[in-house]
Amino acid sequence: MNDVASPSPSPPPPPPPIEMSDVSCIFGNQKVLWNLNLQISAGETVAIVGESGCGKSVTMKVMMQLLSQTSGQLKWFGKEVQLMASEERRTQRLKLGYLFQGAALFDSLTISENVAFGLRQSGSFSEHEIREIVLARLTEVGLTFDIFNKRPSEISGGMQKRVGLARALALNPDVMFYDEPTTGLDPVNSRRIDDLIYSVREAHGVTGIIVTHDLRTVQRVADRIIMLYPRAKISDGESQVIFNGSIAELADSSDSRVRDYIGDELDTRSTRKFASPLKNDSRRIA
Amino acid sequence: MSTTTANPITVLGRLTQEFFCGFGGLAVFGFQMLAGMRRGLPRRHVLVPILYEVGVRSVPVVLVTGTFIGMVMAVQTYNQFKMMHMESRLGAIITMTLVSELGPVLAATMLAGRVGSSMAAELGTMRVTEQVHAISALGADPVSYLVVPRFLACVTLIPLLTAIADSVGILAGWLFSWQVLGINSQHYWMYAEQFVTGWDVVAGLIKSVFFGCAIAIIACRQGFHCGAGAEGVGRAATQSFVLSFISILGLDFLLTVVLNTTYYMIWPQAVSLAVAGV
Repeated sequence: MNDVASPSPSPPPPPPPIEMSDVSCIFGNQKVLWNLNLQISAGETVAIVGESGCGKSVTMKVMMQLLSQTSGQLKWFGKEVQLMASEERRTQRLKLGYLFQGAALFDSLTISENVAFGLRQSGSFSEHEIREIVLARLTEVGLTFDIFNKRPSEISGGMQKRVGLARALALNPDVMFYDEPTTGLDPVNSRRIDDLIYSVREAHGVTGIIVTHDLRTVQRVADRIIMLYPRAKISDGESQVIFNGSIAELADSSDSRVRDYIGDELDTRSTRKFASPLKNDSRRIA
Repeated sequence: MSTTTANPITVLGRLTQEFFCGFGGLAVFGFQMLAGMRRGLPRRHVLVPILYEVGVRSVPVVLVTGTFIGMVMAVQTYNQFKMMHMESRLGAIITMTLVSELGPVLAATMLAGRVGSSMAAELGTMRVTEQVHAISALGADPVSYLVVPRFLACVTLIPLLTAIADSVGILAGWLFSWQVLGINSQHYWMYAEQFVTGWDVVAGLIKSVFFGCAIAIIACRQGFHCGAGAEGVGRAATQSFVLSFISILGLDFLLTVVLNTTYYMIWPQAVSLAVAGV
């Protein structure tokens, strides 16, 4: 028996929310992803960039298991997804939110029904609770009462993206995936979405993974950048991840492929973060 | 120049492979749908609008189809029967044909066009715009949410719509025979009742249940696996109708053989009566 109490060991760090090991994804004869290894730590915001066809969106869809990998291992919160029973996988997936490129709102439902969809499907909330959450989330993304009963086709693209974000946030996810969140939006709406991505992280401590071509968005919101390169353009044995680091490291990269991609767009001097710009100020983005 | 594309054996092989792959894909999709049904039946607010779309909004199409089949049957058979002085038995042939063959097949064909193509296009659009992925991302099963209610709507309402088509066709045939062709109304109904048995009605409705299954599974699968863009959605809708139509014809033949065999197994005396011409 020990008389002297030994110092209690520090708790092990939480497992990374997303971890991919040797993941390959092949469509027909086309190798889109090949032996990809990525790890996303809790709380960070990671931007995945790269030229068209390099497999950015496929990577994110595999992470979310909207597409199944051909081989390799994917872990959510330290648990291998392939070994989960379907019910466990469904429960774990509720910890992941996804903002689709075109918002992917359900045409047949109203805005508030869209946001309530995941809550109703989960079966864990009363109608009163659902109404409160829907109201809170739509207000959080800066939308006002007058659009709640409209159909998705009756609102603008920027608003649709915000409704998509509210819908993804309704279930209070630990990880948010953003698939080209600012594509097709004007600069004002792009900044609104960037603000929201940043404020979601600040307000909820959500881990973020963003696929984008917009380097201004990357500068504004990302802690880490992963650059992928098309599998067809690299030699066997070479990793598809040609860059993995911070904005400052990206600007200093000597890799010609990285330099070609960023061109003159990246200005590390203008890199900035927002100070929770949306708190209590829904009018600003409404 | 490639010689393989012109080789008939290669073409035949490719077509055979495509047929079995397509058939296997349909079977797998059907099992996924059954698994989705086992997880629970759809909620009322999801099911009711689909029932309305499949059932209520199909009634006008079915009424028009049934009415014209009945009248065309009367016109076509009248001259033939008159030559044999059997025109008073028009009610029997119209009712028998409508109830056991034309009613189920033509109603299902019309519904494959109206309901099946619409389902394939709707689900295809949802696929293309990532709404199907969004359902998965929000923790729901797209097959349970989208396919199961459509399947239930088709399986329950297509037989009902077929019954409406049959009834309207028989009435239209009677009205035309009586008012235009001068057939005695009492004879029309008497022979209809004498020649058409309950089994014929049930057999026709059994067929329409199978047609409903085929239309729903084919349409939903085509929508779920549609290609990219507007072209993919259009192709899914067209293929849905073509495949449903072929399936309806094939199933009609198979079911007719099976149901007739079953009938004569249950009532063997019917064979001897048929041979004796009674």
